[in-house]
Amino acid sequence: MSIAQSYVMRLRRKRHQVRAFRKHFALKPVVNRTARIRPGDILLFSTLRDEFVRLPYFLRYYRNLGVAHFVIVDNDSTDGSREYLADQPDVSVWTTKASYKRSKFGVDWLNWLQRKYGHGHWTLVVDPDEFFIYPFCDTRPIRALTDWLDTSQVRSFGAMLLDMYPKGRIDAVPYAPGQDPIEITGWFDPGNYMIEKNKQYGNLWIQGGPRSRVFFADRPKKAPALNKTPLVKWHRKYTYISSTHMLLPRGLNLTYDEWGGEKASGILLHAKFLDTFAAKAQEELARGQHYSGSVEYKAYAENVRSNSELWCKWSEKYINWRQLEILGLMSKGNWA
Amino acid sequence: MSVGIIMLVHTAFDRAEQVARHWSASGCPIVIHADKNVPKKSYAAFIKALSDLPDVRFAKRHRCEWGTWGLVAATQTASKIMLDQFPDVRHVYLASGSCLPLRPVQELIDYLTERPHTDFIESATTADVPWTIGGLDQERFTLRFPFSWRKNRFLFDRYVAFQRAIGFKRRIPNGIVPHMGSQWWCLTRQTLSAILEDPDRQVYDRYFRKVWIPDESYFQTLSRLYSRQIESRSLTLSKFDYQGKPHIFYDDHLQLLRRSDCFVARKIWPFANKLYDAFLNDAAGAMKQTEPNPGKIDRIFAKAVERRVRGRPGLYMQSRFPVEGRENGLTCAQYSVFEGFSDLFENFEPWLARVTGTRVHGHIFAPERAEFSDGQTVMNGALCDSATLRDYNPRAFLASLIWNTRGERQCFQLGPRDTMKKIEWDIAKDPNAQISVISGAWAVPLFKSNKNFSEIRQEAARLQQVESKHLEVLRSTWAKARVRIWTMAEFIEAPMEPLQTIIDEIGKQSQHGLAEVPKMADLTGFGQFLQNLKNQGMHPYLMGDFPVEHRLHEPERGKRKPYLVR
Repeated sequence: MSIAQSYVMRLRRKRHQVRAFRKHFALKPVVNRTARIRPGDILLFSTLRDEFVRLPYFLRYYRNLGVAHFVIVDNDSTDGSREYLADQPDVSVWTTKASYKRSKFGVDWLNWLQRKYGHGHWTLVVDPDEFFIYPFCDTRPIRALTDWLDTSQVRSFGAMLLDMYPKGRIDAVPYAPGQDPIEITGWFDPGNYMIEKNKQYGNLWIQGGPRSRVFFADRPKKAPALNKTPLVKWHRKYTYISSTHMLLPRGLNLTYDEWGGEKASGILLHAKFLDTFAAKAQEELARGQHYSGSVEYKAYAENVRSNSELWCKWSEKYINWRQLEILGLMSKGNWA
Repeated sequence: MSVGIIMLVHTAFDRAEQVARHWSASGCPIVIHADKNVPKKSYAAFIKALSDLPDVRFAKRHRCEWGTWGLVAATQTASKIMLDQFPDVRHVYLASGSCLPLRPVQELIDYLTERPHTDFIESATTADVPWTIGGLDQERFTLRFPFSWRKNRFLFDRYVAFQRAIGFKRRIPNGIVPHMGSQWWCLTRQTLSAILEDPDRQVYDRYFRKVWIPDESYFQTLSRLYSRQIESRSLTLSKFDYQGKPHIFYDDHLQLLRRSDCFVARKIWPFANKLYDAFLNDAAGAMKQTEPNPGKIDRIFAKAVERRVRGRPGLYMQSRFPVEGRENGLTCAQYSVFEGFSDLFENFEPWLARVTGTRVHGHIFAPERAEFSDGQTVMNGALCDSATLRDYNPRAFLASLIWNTRGERQCFQLGPRDTMKKIEWDIAKDPNAQISVISGAWAVPLFKSNKNFSEIRQEAARLQQVESKHLEVLRSTWAKARVRIWTMAEFIEAPMEPLQTIIDEIGKQSQHGLAEVPKMADLTGFGQFLQNLKNQGMHPYLMGDFPVEHRLHEPERGKRKPYLVR
């Protein structure tokens, strides 16, 4: 990388910070309990809209892992999500009616809040339908992982998005609040992922899984990206560029090894395909607030209408992180 | 006679206190050194918390940064206090705040009482061990290191390079032989006091102050001068990873530690409640009824380092994406590629599957779809047969196919009709690939087809061009696959020999040679067909020489190769 290129990246990072500053005026605090954050706490940041049914389990899951405080942006929910969150003792909520699309799909809002409250903390940025899995997550809290990353002088930790789906129709089993969604959407594609390196930002671009296989088989380039870097020891000069797929400075994107070895990595179980999905897809399609003209949702809506299944003979049923490790979807690296 | 414990502490004071109480309960005097970087307030609280214990002393604080002299100075100060104030102490055990005694302390005391003159300190010369990180072994004793490796790596590296360039070398005082080893030791009063009271101590201190990581070499070197009996191992179980950082123990290591057979383990995660509960509250019970198996810890940590450094060959994933040349195997297992065989033999695929017991696919790079075995549309790993998806990243497709079916050998067909431009180099460069080619066999389906001759001629010209380019790739000096190429004329002369060789190499068939042979296509008139192409100005050369008149190269029915025909 030449000095000129580095400088371009620096400008880009600054531009994102300015954007975050501009967009933060749209955020109105509902409950701000950030004064309760203690040094060393692990924080979770999320943007959501109408996710009431998912919230009870979502909060429970991350509290169990050891997340100390939730910082959440509510994008104009009408189903009571905001009120529910405001009642939780470890949640701070902001709300906004502004456009999701024009805030770079929530990135600007969260960049701002992370800059303000996340500096010096390990921050986890996930959606309400993403469940973070890391090596030894059944026996060690997330603090064990971040402590180890600290001693290893690693600032960011990668976790690929793993799309989970049910066997049979998506809307066959109704989801009840508080239920573990993986009970319903327990299946995944174990080995059809495609990786390329993004030379500009240095991150890997991963595609594949059921969405590529079923929805995007005829236009694979459009298939959604699955690479994510959700866990970062935040510094106020950092910024997410595109969802949690890419960060600046670029060093944070190097969550993989290029010399043949394996770095430690995790998985985000993506429990998107619940029975609530069909309605959500219709609504989101009408709103047109998603990535690249909501192309994803168009494909889903089409497919859900034609009633096809994501499950196939070679789908794998989720058991635990060790299974994902053996399949080569994540790695323990040198953490033992 | 008792054992004195020196504790170096810098964080997790609650745990350090817990462990100090544990030592103290068995009558061990303790000298504690806390890092100078610890804020005064927490240090004062720590002292207060331990004020009820009788034999605890606190040493003057030094600033302890990793790999610097401060750690040695701290140990010296604390040792001095220990030797002066506790005349009963015979062995001094150096531990840290994150050390955890695994076996009852009394067992350690008994063990040391039985060996009153033995020093337990890991100590080896640099030439004999491969421990060092970053290529500095002998040089850590002959260069100067004024810059911090952690905080100022750039200057550290530059200064090392500079000293190397000008040939700078420090003199090692008094001809001592530098030794290194684990910084956690247990020395006898005699040895330790001799080191501290050495008339030349000033000289040694001045020298080691500028050695890199002196805490791993100061006592290790000097104890060699005075010890009556050195046992070169540490009583503290401490494992290091490939960067020289200690591995950390967590709750789920409980069973492992129970079977470790060591007195003390380092380093324990401060929040590992189960470990602290198990070993401090019920030390006797913790180690009881378990067969010691210390090798297991070694294996687990060695494996972790191996995974980090070499990874799983043939795996491409979110945290392993090697640059070209560093894959240590483009794929994870051996596989076979057959070119032209399914054109020449009518039932080649089922025959091969029967004979070798492997998974035999059709043309998985066919332009229409990936022809998986048994007509499947989805394969292991939910790999899809869509040609678009496959051609989007053919390399990932092939690597996934081989990875997903590990444990079962894969065979597939390839030919000039396939979209192989983006994948042929990858296969040719893959040492796991066994490639067998019958060149020119693509002409057989054309010969049998019912197309107009002008179309046939055009197609033949195209296929010949593609294949000749492909053969160049296979013959290039970069190719690492095991490649065998026959012209078609050559092959049908004696088809069984090459087939036998290929199948022997796959190595799964019966001992008695091939019991069953594939059926070759009827080639009557093939020579004339090639001549017709030539007459039209298209010169087919890849299949070798097929004379028109004599039919010499066509298998003679029933005579020369009777087993070829049914």
